[in-house]
Amino acid sequence: MSDQKPGFDTLAIHAGAKPDPATGARATPIYQTTSFVFDDAQHAADLFALRAFGNIYTRIMNPTQAVLEEKVAALEGGTAALATASGHSAQLIICHSLMRPGDEIVCARQLYGGSINAFNHSFKSFGWNVVWADIDDISSFEKAITPKTKAIFIESIANPGGRVTDMDAIAAIAKNAHVPLIVDNTLASPYLCRPIEHGANIVVESLTKFLGGHGNSMGGIIVDGGNFDWGKNKGQFPMLTEPNVSYNGVTMYETFGNIAFAITCRVLGLRDLGPAISPFNAFLILTGMETLSLRMQRHCDNALKVAEWLSSDPRVSWVSYAALPGDKDHDKQKKYAPKGAGAVFTFGLKGGYDAGVGTVSKVELLSHLANVGDTRSLIIHPASTTHSQLTPEQLEMAGAGADVVRLSVGIEDVADIIADLDQAMS
Amino acid sequence: MNHDVYEPAYIRQILEDVRTIAIVGASSNEARPSFFVTKYLVDKGYTVFPLNPGMAGKEICGRKVYASLGEVPEPIDMVDIFRNSEVAASFVDQALTLEPSPKVIWMQLTVRHDEAAAKAEAAGVRVVMNRCPKIEYGKLSGEWGWVGGNSGVISSKKQSLHGSGKMQSLGIVKQ
Ligand SMILES: Cc1ncc(COP(=O)(O)O)c(C=O)c1O
Repeated sequence: MSDQKPGFDTLAIHAGAKPDPATGARATPIYQTTSFVFDDAQHAADLFALRAFGNIYTRIMNPTQAVLEEKVAALEGGTAALATASGHSAQLIICHSLMRPGDEIVCARQLYGGSINAFNHSFKSFGWNVVWADIDDISSFEKAITPKTKAIFIESIANPGGRVTDMDAIAAIAKNAHVPLIVDNTLASPYLCRPIEHGANIVVESLTKFLGGHGNSMGGIIVDGGNFDWGKNKGQFPMLTEPNVSYNGVTMYETFGNIAFAITCRVLGLRDLGPAISPFNAFLILTGMETLSLRMQRHCDNALKVAEWLSSDPRVSWVSYAALPGDKDHDKQKKYAPKGAGAVFTFGLKGGYDAGVGTVSKVELLSHLANVGDTRSLIIHPASTTHSQLTPEQLEMAGAGADVVRLSVGIEDVADIIADLDQAMS
Repeated sequence: MNHDVYEPAYIRQILEDVRTIAIVGASSNEARPSFFVTKYLVDKGYTVFPLNPGMAGKEICGRKVYASLGEVPEPIDMVDIFRNSEVAASFVDQALTLEPSPKVIWMQLTVRHDEAAAKAEAAGVRVVMNRCPKIEYGKLSGEWGWVGGNSGVISSKKQSLHGSGKMQSLGIVKQ
């Protein structure tokens, strides 16, 4: 291309996706194979020792997956990326690369409920301890840091409440403590917000949501910002800076420089833990990503109109959507995600628990299910479903009180979405 | 010139132009980055001269090792420096005394010496600093994408297979 830097929409279509070197196929082929033939014995040895670039086995890499990785890395402004089977497995692999038993991670309280569960329970069994902080009290992040802290984990726009996190402020705290800032950018997508531009060192996303965008494929991604010095404090991140016995003494940071984190996640994390993305899912997500900008803008435009309509409806007690001028996060939204606040937000029904259950039971266009980021509009009443095991106090803490309904506004005609909500709420 | 960012075309021209490469600080330890790079450049068809005084006369990747730039028996197109920034300048000085002069001086990732670079450029030698030729070759050929790397390259042209005919090898240099 000419010297002009390609824009976001050009990258969404072209980044990583040159015509296939073997066949010239213009769309990215689905390499539905488990393994790849070596050129010769020396080539095989070089691949296993990381001395050559190339494909070995689809648990570690696959050419369809590779296109997906380069595309997301380009859209997020990172140096490299690693795709995984789901958003959750991406989080697991990140923590595996950074943490040893007894280490700590500081997490925002305002996270996707599934992530809260993973950090609170599953990760504890690896000896990785979570310390919770609050995005409404930035100093709580600073106070939570100890010599054992290996990372800070936040969401750019948080699920379910649609809360916007002050990334610049938290990035400054992370930098000062020399720990990497991990940002889950699932709800914003790189179209609305690029956390690396705000000091994130690692971006993680569930591709299952807006990047794939059609509710048909699970996937996750880890993007390496290429902007963290893993070797600054000796012994802080041994997996990156100490010679690795399973690769004949190769040192990841020294050998792979500003993509060392992504490589470590691939050749140690994915290789050994195993949550590889299927090539077919990678293909479907790639197809979805080509229209990311178009869909995401429509999601935001529709969501704002639905939020405005709900705000003026007498059956609704409150609406929490950062794009509404009166919202407590509106200034942060204008700074971090100026094109829109995304598709996911919550509102309260004056009729409480029964009204919530009634609404989700009566929808005919919206789908009652536990996902976000589909072309279709989705609705859920957390208190009677995903959060039904919690006590009333715990429900309030989690932002899932009895009256709370969560929407993921789709890209249908907005008049039809509003009409369906209107009849379902009555 | 600005050594913070390089246009892909500048790097491509260098990697297409040069045929002989002397690697200052080549290692025979197979886990070292300098070994990785030596091996990769040999595999891509460059004529590589590993330099390492402690190993002079022995071989790395089947290539005879020399003690210093002056002992290399052929004209050197590119000098690739795998030593730290402080001592890089002295290797640049040595390179500039060669007859004929090298076309390119390349300093590896983390290696940068702006004064030495200016001197080389004044003598008409192209300079690349704080980069790795293996990575840059991989970005231009498309191999970098196989490990999820962001190459920064967009193209509607089919990527070329390497002239060696090996299945899993992409190339940028016409053989
Ligand atoms: C913000 C966020 N992060 C991570 C995940 C987990 O992703 P996955 O379901 O692909 O494992 C989700 C899923 O809802 C999410 O909303």
